[in-house]
Amino acid sequence: MPLNRDFVGRTYQASAPYEVSRVKISEFATAIGDDNPIYHDRQAAVAAGHPDVVAPPTFPIVFSLLGTGDALTDPELGLDFSMVVHGEQRFEYERPIQAGDELVCASTIAEIRSVGRNEFLTVRSDVHTTSGELVCRTFNIIVERGGAA
Amino acid sequence: MAATVKYDDVEAGQEIPAAEYRVRRVDLVRYAGASGDFNPIHWNERYAKAVGLPDVIAHGMYTMAQGGRFVTDWAGDPGAVVEYGVRFSSMVVVPDDDNGATITISGVVEEKREDKRVVVTLTARSGDSRVLSKARAVVQLS
Repeated sequence: MPLNRDFVGRTYQASAPYEVSRVKISEFATAIGDDNPIYHDRQAAVAAGHPDVVAPPTFPIVFSLLGTGDALTDPELGLDFSMVVHGEQRFEYERPIQAGDELVCASTIAEIRSVGRNEFLTVRSDVHTTSGELVCRTFNIIVERGGAA
Repeated sequence: MAATVKYDDVEAGQEIPAAEYRVRRVDLVRYAGASGDFNPIHWNERYAKAVGLPDVIAHGMYTMAQGGRFVTDWAGDPGAVVEYGVRFSSMVVVPDDDNGATITISGVVEEKREDKRVVVTLTARSGDSRVLSKARAVVQLS
């Protein structure tokens, strides 16, 4: 079933800011196999010129889709999650995410298009601190295999 | 908070030597826990095959993260990465054995821009497949 194009342009936000902790950054870095001390040790991060431990470049994936969870599982959208794979991902950074950040993520369903038999859905997320500083933007394209068939 | 690689020391066309990254089932389980992505295609063989996949496949974001490691290890500072994007062009199939799969990543400095920034393009392979395409990072050098 084709996805419901009425969802294009809708913006979603998680109910509470995402609090970035040293423990979570370290856990994520360990999970990607990266032992760079800048991710695990505050002193090493400070010595490298950062205010605290910073997160690896792909860390925003942890929270950037939290706000869209209900939308993507809304039966009205028509997305069959068993057929979903990740198509593309891009990040634009203003600065690294660091421990202590409280982040607000506004996610917009930017585009839905058919490519061959597949449906492509793009979510753009703007990530700001609770004081309004832009930290990064993320672009996530998920693919529903066979959705357009 | 600066790259250890100097802009003036880098030339367009310069190659960044390949690195290999191992991915086993346990790595996918750990990544699922840390990222919150528990899609069973990344850890449940029975489910993966039922939805038409050859076997359990790695999270695309796990592969992308290895590309991120490759770039930040080269640049010397994660804060030097200004932009990073990939297309997931092929699946990394992860068999249920002790070796798992291997992702081999190499890079080229594609372009030197103004403001001491460079564009690095990545090639990522697993087995015979190119698993990332349009993989590029913009890096702020010192």
